Parts: sequence; C-alpha cells; structure tokens
Amino acid sequence: MSTRDLRYIDGVVTVALDRAACTGCRMCTVVCPHGVFEMSADGRAAFADRDRCIECGACARNCPAGAISVDAGVGCAAAVIYGWFTGSEPACGCD
Amino acid sequence: MNGCCGPSSCCSPAPDTYDYRTPTYIDGEFTTSVGPVPRVATTSIRHDRLGAIGARLGFSRSDRRVRPGLYAIGAPAERSPVLVTANYTLSFDAVRFALHGWSVWLIVLDTLGVNVWCAAGKGTFGTAEVVRRVRESGIERLVEHRTLVLPQLGAPGVAAHEVRDATGFRVVYGPVRASDLPEFLDAGMRATAQMRRIRFGLTDRFVLTGVELSVLRDTRALGVAALLVALAAFGLVPWPPVTIAVAGAVLAVVAGGFVVPVALPAVPGRMFAVKGALVGAAVAAALLVPTAPWLDAAGAVAVFLGMTVVSSFTAMNFTGASTFTSPSGVQWEMRRAIPVQAATAAAAIVALAVSVVT
Repeated sequence: MSTRDLRYIDGVVTVALDRAACTGCRMCTVVCPHGVFEMSADGRAAFADRDRCIECGACARNCPAGAISVDAGVGCAAAVIYGWFTGSEPACGCD
Repeated sequence: MNGCCGPSSCCSPAPDTYDYRTPTYIDGEFTTSVGPVPRVATTSIRHDRLGAIGARLGFSRSDRRVRPGLYAIGAPAERSPVLVTANYTLSFDAVRFALHGWSVWLIVLDTLGVNVWCAAGKGTFGTAEVVRRVRESGIERLVEHRTLVLPQLGAPGVAAHEVRDATGFRVVYGPVRASDLPEFLDAGMRATAQMRRIRFGLTDRFVLTGVELSVLRDTRALGVAALLVALAAFGLVPWPPVTIAVAGAVLAVVAGGFVVPVALPAVPGRMFAVKGALVGAAVAAALLVPTAPWLDAAGAVAVFLGMTVVSSFTAMNFTGASTFTSPSGVQWEMRRAIPVQAATAAAAIVALAVSVVT
C-alpha cells in the first residue's frame, strides 16, 4: 500500500452537497485538498470520493451559493477527549 | 480537520503585546509610494535551519512569529503578484525561500504564530484578517491589478467571495506547497491537480514524529522513571524488572509515535489505535523474548499489555498530525478504541500488582 492509498474510516463524514443549489463555479474542486469533488456533465459539482473528506470546511466556506454543508472541526484525539470531558465541541485547550 | 494542530499552538499571549524576535529575515528596505517596506531575504542562514529543527522537535512551537504586515521580495512593481501567508516562521520561510529570484509583494497575516492550515481551522487565518491586512497595507496603491494569491490550505478560514466584496481583490488559491509557487506563477497562476492535493509522504510523516515523541521529555514521565531507578538503586526493588519496565515504556512510545507514523501505509488497519496496538504488541514480544527469564508470568503479561496499550494510545494521538483523518472519523475510532484501551490498561495494572505481590 502506498501513501496515495492512505484512507481513513468510511461512511462517517458529515459533508453534504445540495446539487440543486450549485451554480457550477467550481470553487469546491479548487479548494478541496483531497479531491472530494468533481464537476459532472450537467455543469454542477458532484462527489468524486466522499470518504476522503477530512471535514476541513474549505468547500462550504468558499461556496458562494451555500450549497455545501459540513460539520467542520478539530479532529485530534486530545481535542476530542477535551470535548468529552467539558461537554463542548472538540477544541484545543484554551480557545 | 487535522494536521498537527496541537493544543500547544493555540495558547498564546495577545498579538499586540508580543515581543517579536530579531528579524534575521530582513535584508533591507524597499522604497515605495506608501513608504518604506521591509525587504525579505530569500536565502536561508544557519539561524533559520537550526530554528526549523527546534520547532520540529517541539521546542517553542508557539513562540515563532514574524511581524505581520507588508513585505517586498526582490523589487516588486505594480504588476507583481501579491501573496498572502501566515506569521508562523516555517510558513513564512517556506514562501520566501521558494521565491528566491522573484519579485512579489507579501502580506503576512497575524495568525499568532500558527501555520496556515491550523490557523485557517481556528479562523485566525480568516476572511476578517485578510481584509484588515489588505486595507492596512496600502497594497491597492502599489499594484494595478486586483488579485491576491492565498495558500490553498488557508481556504478553510477564508471565503474568497467575501474578500472580494470587502476589498475589491479577487482571491486566487495557490498551491498547497510553497515549493510549487514558482511553477504556479510561471503558469499564469494555474495550479495542477497535483499541486492541489495534500500529500502525507514519508518525509511529512517523519518530521511530525518529533513532536509526538516529545512526551519522552515530559517531566512527569521522567519523574516516574527516575523514581523507579531510585527505588532500584536503594535496593527496594530488583534491577531487572525496573530496567525492563523503563525500556518497555520508551519502546512503546517509539512504537506508537515513530514506527506507526513512519510505516503508516504498511501497518494493517484503518484505525490508528489498531495500527498502534499491532506494532506495540510486536515490539513487546521482541523485548520479552530476551528478557523473559527475569520476569514471572504476570510480569511478562503486564509488560506485554502495557506496551500494547501505550503504543495504541500514542498512535491514536497521531491522528491529530495526519492529513487524511476527519474529526467524525477520529470520534468514531475513539468511541471504539478507548474502552478497549482502558480495559487493557486495567488488566496490565492487575497483572503488575500480581507480579509485585507474588
């Protein structure tokens, strides 16, 4: 298995795409660092590989049409544990 | 989002009170119509290289800031590109060294000394900071075009369309890696598909292990080790099990914090906790083969289970440094792994107690 094939858990990410709202600006295909999106033949964005999403939120933030939503956040173990103990969203210790 | 955004990088004093280090990265002043602009050196000196090594090993990661504002690289003019970066030294250095021989304007945001990716996740590399620095810089009087080149990894914090609405500057996202900037600029600000992808190659994984292993310098861990050695030195406990326990602890951290990250694609399992447990168990077995004669059965079980769980937990922590793990995935993994790790740790402690008592 090479570095290119590194994959994490399938079927758990929160990214969602409202294709009806997409205006075809391609911004999601530009900002996504894992190739999650592609442009389909109808001129709108589509998922190319949804399970590669790391929920960084770049696509949703840069979608002028508001067609993408994702529950973006910090994903390191330390932050998740902190979130469990404080009952809050996972976050680094002091922000 | 992940990628080495540790808690250590977010606890910082307010930006206005920050005492910036002596700028070894400035090699002169560039005179412009809005006043003198500091000119940036584009070749590295020993100071930069030593500092980079220190940062990677976990020394003062949150204390390496570049003064925010406008800089000149080379001799930029009204058609020169305008680039934006974070004020983390390693981000800033990557940009200036990549652009040796180029003439560009560089706007450094105040990200509290945090790299582009992590700062974008926290929002400090964000729309508001881009807008503020663009306005303060007076760049609209220095260039005739209206284009900003932002690092693609800043996109989680910046809405390109909002920057344009607020400043009149169009945002073009540049490549993920600063080293691709010359090719990107040469191609008329077009990034290839490869430039747009985060990689997580051997070198990337290797440099991140330094911070993972910094637990080995943790004063509490060192204190426990010193206590054990002291107990043995005073004859209160025999030397062999103490030596094996200390060696086992170090090897388990190395297994989970170094072997797993470096060999990541080769280690079976999608869950990092599983990868860590497998490597930890293998290393424990390798340690126990020559040392078993000095341990009773319960002691050997304690060493095996203890090393497996320490390696598993350490490897799971590396999800925070990896570039392909989602927060949802990490939570999914932790909900399953932590109960097993806790039970294994409890079993190791019981085995240790049995070994000490008998």
